[in-house]
Amino acid sequence: MRILNRDMVCREAVGLVTDYLDDALPRRARRRFEVHLRNCPNCSRYLEQIRITIDTVGHIEPDTLDPEVKDELIDLYRRFHEE
Amino acid sequence: MIGRPGQIPDATTPTLPDVEEGELVERLRKGDEDAFAVLVERYHTQMVRLARTFVPSRSVAEEVVQDTWVGIIKGIGTFEERSSLRTWMFRILVNQARKTGVRERRAVAVDDLGVDLPERFAADGSWSSPPVPWTDDVVDQLFASAMAEPLRIAIEALPTNLCRVVTLRDLEGLSAREVCDVLGLTEANQRVLLHRARRQLRRIIEHEIGEG
Repeated sequence: MRILNRDMVCREAVGLVTDYLDDALPRRARRRFEVHLRNCPNCSRYLEQIRITIDTVGHIEPDTLDPEVKDELIDLYRRFHEE
Repeated sequence: MIGRPGQIPDATTPTLPDVEEGELVERLRKGDEDAFAVLVERYHTQMVRLARTFVPSRSVAEEVVQDTWVGIIKGIGTFEERSSLRTWMFRILVNQARKTGVRERRAVAVDDLGVDLPERFAADGSWSSPPVPWTDDVVDQLFASAMAEPLRIAIEALPTNLCRVVTLRDLEGLSAREVCDVLGLTEANQRVLLHRARRQLRRIIEHEIGEG
């Protein structure tokens, strides 16, 4: 899989995935990363799976709000504004 | 009970769930209970979730959030809208959580995180055990509730600083800048922690798929 020493290796590419997704890579590094991905199905797959992971985590629902807690908090707010 | 100038009142949704933030803040300052109810509905459970990353039990988390609400109610008059309302609220929560002085869960130093787990890569830096493909079927199933529980447990088991960052970024959907603002991190450290957390969660999913 490796061609030249100057090419980015998988280990390095994987380490840059979050920077890449946050658009925090300097232009040159970004280009090297993208070139590596074009030529490396494993790292492309890895990036895709990280995206899916983010999406999956984003789908975890928070607990439902207890109506009693809600009423208590509104009470608290009311008391503060009555004072 | 609340006036909505220039808008047609909607009798079915008295709590204004979609009200825009600037207006919400304005109403909160005037003592508008419906506006406050919207705030509670939007953010209370998120705040409990965040508080849990600081304190060892659910009940302590609830207390922290209760105290945070007091801070929000008292402080809304001084909120300067330089950040989003949610970021401002989360900052109050983080201060409150740190003040409680309860036992913190395990954190890891950013310097100790390492770059990559060595077993995954060969000496030349290429994959030694490449990621296994996830089929479309598997991906569809991920969004079903079956994966939520293992992920929830995995997130909670992460070292605290990883847990907080991934909770704010990927569960609650804050931007990198907002996470740095709430947790007092540099952007570079935020990314290191997030990276590590996401990698671990990907492996959890991989593991769950393998079991299935």
